[in-house]
Amino acid sequence: METEANGESGSLVLIKQGAEARVFESTFAGRKCVVKERFSKKYRHPTLDAKLTLKRLYAEARCLTKARKVGVVTPVLYAVDTVSHSLTFEYVEGLSVKDHFLEFGSKRVGLENTDEFALQIGNTIGKLHDGGVVHGDLTTSNMLWRDGKLVLIDFGLSFVSTLPEDKAVDLYVLERALLSMHSSLGNVMEKVLAAYRKSSKQWCSTLNKLADGMILYYNTVLSFHCGLFF
Amino acid sequence: MKRMIALGFEGSANKIGVGVVTLDGTILSNPRHTYITPPGQGFLPRETAHHHLEHVLPLVKEALETAQISLKDVDCLCYTKGPGMGAPLQVSAVVVRVLSQLWKIPIVGVNHCVAHIEMGRVVTGAEDPVVLYVSGGNTQVIAYSEGKYRIFGETIDIAIGNCLDRFARVLMLSNDPSPGYNIEQLAKKGEKFIDLPYVVKGMDVSFSGILSYIEAEAEQKLKNNECTPADLCYSLQETLFAMLVEITERAMAHCDKKDVLIVGGVGCNERLQGMMRVMCGERGGKLFATDDRYCIDNGAMIAYTGLLAYAHGSTTPLEKSTFTQRFRTDEVWAVWRDEHESEIKST
Repeated sequence: METEANGESGSLVLIKQGAEARVFESTFAGRKCVVKERFSKKYRHPTLDAKLTLKRLYAEARCLTKARKVGVVTPVLYAVDTVSHSLTFEYVEGLSVKDHFLEFGSKRVGLENTDEFALQIGNTIGKLHDGGVVHGDLTTSNMLWRDGKLVLIDFGLSFVSTLPEDKAVDLYVLERALLSMHSSLGNVMEKVLAAYRKSSKQWCSTLNKLADGMILYYNTVLSFHCGLFF
Repeated sequence: MKRMIALGFEGSANKIGVGVVTLDGTILSNPRHTYITPPGQGFLPRETAHHHLEHVLPLVKEALETAQISLKDVDCLCYTKGPGMGAPLQVSAVVVRVLSQLWKIPIVGVNHCVAHIEMGRVVTGAEDPVVLYVSGGNTQVIAYSEGKYRIFGETIDIAIGNCLDRFARVLMLSNDPSPGYNIEQLAKKGEKFIDLPYVVKGMDVSFSGILSYIEAEAEQKLKNNECTPADLCYSLQETLFAMLVEITERAMAHCDKKDVLIVGGVGCNERLQGMMRVMCGERGGKLFATDDRYCIDNGAMIAYTGLLAYAHGSTTPLEKSTFTQRFRTDEVWAVWRDEHESEIKST
């Protein structure tokens, strides 16, 4: 196993505990790294559990790699361990976009500060979607800012799709996230979509779906998301 | 002070039930009758409605006698407005309209899903749980927020109970007391886990593809003696319930709630309860579940929920006492669920 060569040398420090995985900080071959370990679910049948955990581990690794291939900046994937169900990534230095935006909000700085962020967010999502990857959890906490460049992280809910619906839902989730967390910054989403339009060749069908979906989702499931999710 | 009493009528599927309940949730009587079809068959709307018509009035009598109350004690008549099958729903709606005019008692229309939730809450004492509502017609993960029970995740095609019932028909299991119960009993004897599709899409689930797959697989595998019907039931339950627990856990993480309440007919299944209990335990929460008296459709849950609305000044005028097959959980304002809830109940 690749990780054994380095793994045990670096101690694991827990950063985050989610419903399906734990995220640790560690070192990999002398470099600072992040280890995301999926854990088994005791409630489900062991055969089913093993199948699902492995399937999702692969899906995350594949989507992240695919995103890199189409030019999206993501952390480098160092290692995949199918025994401990963990992925080892490059450690990305830098605050999340969420932290930056919250700081802008609290300092009441000029709204033009978000321009560069919005531009890069739109470009990144455009590239990702044209490459056939849907992120599945586009929030500002899943975007890091390293030396003025956007790094997209956490492909745990990602999947491969070319359907305009799926892409539109991706954008919709981001819009709700921006509205609920960062409404004081004005309409950041408008700027994101402007950049998206320029960067994605298929922007038209996606944004049409987004417009349709708004009506539908407001009335049904997602109306709740804005209230509580973010 | 006079206690408030409601008479509730439930007949949205194959059960007709009449219940008498007071505002504090005491069930004075709750008789019901189930329309049971021969093995391999489901219940058809027209025949089910005939069954309900036949049994509803004797049930009313029985309910009043057991509760030892007279007409004068009844404050409101509650009935299931929807969702459900049209023809069976019509029976309670018509009966309630007639009784309301004969007895001069106001009507309260009730949403079936909300009734399940409120019954579950009052019976178990769960305060603000994530609710998994699983029955033959519905599969929803629900949580209360800002005045309504909002739907987090749900099935995008058939309900889980429908999936189980239809598979029971393939195996020609008895519909008495219910196909789901017989699947549960048979599944206990299953040993081999057969790989089935697992369909979770975000917060939603889908069952129809799994059903088609296992229907085809069952025929093949049983013919070749590769597995037993028990193995199939076991594998189907394990797969379907894992999907439900997964979306429930997502909902818990999203809205930051610790407890889970399972309601609806499939909620009686002890394997589902067991799996959910493990998940809740891992998250430091509690599982609230009830047995078949409250899980399965009954008149008391309609009476109780209607009474909550009535106590908050809400009634349904005669001309609006309609029924509807489509009536979503989040269409109802849960006016009784505000900070004054406890005060109102104690008066």
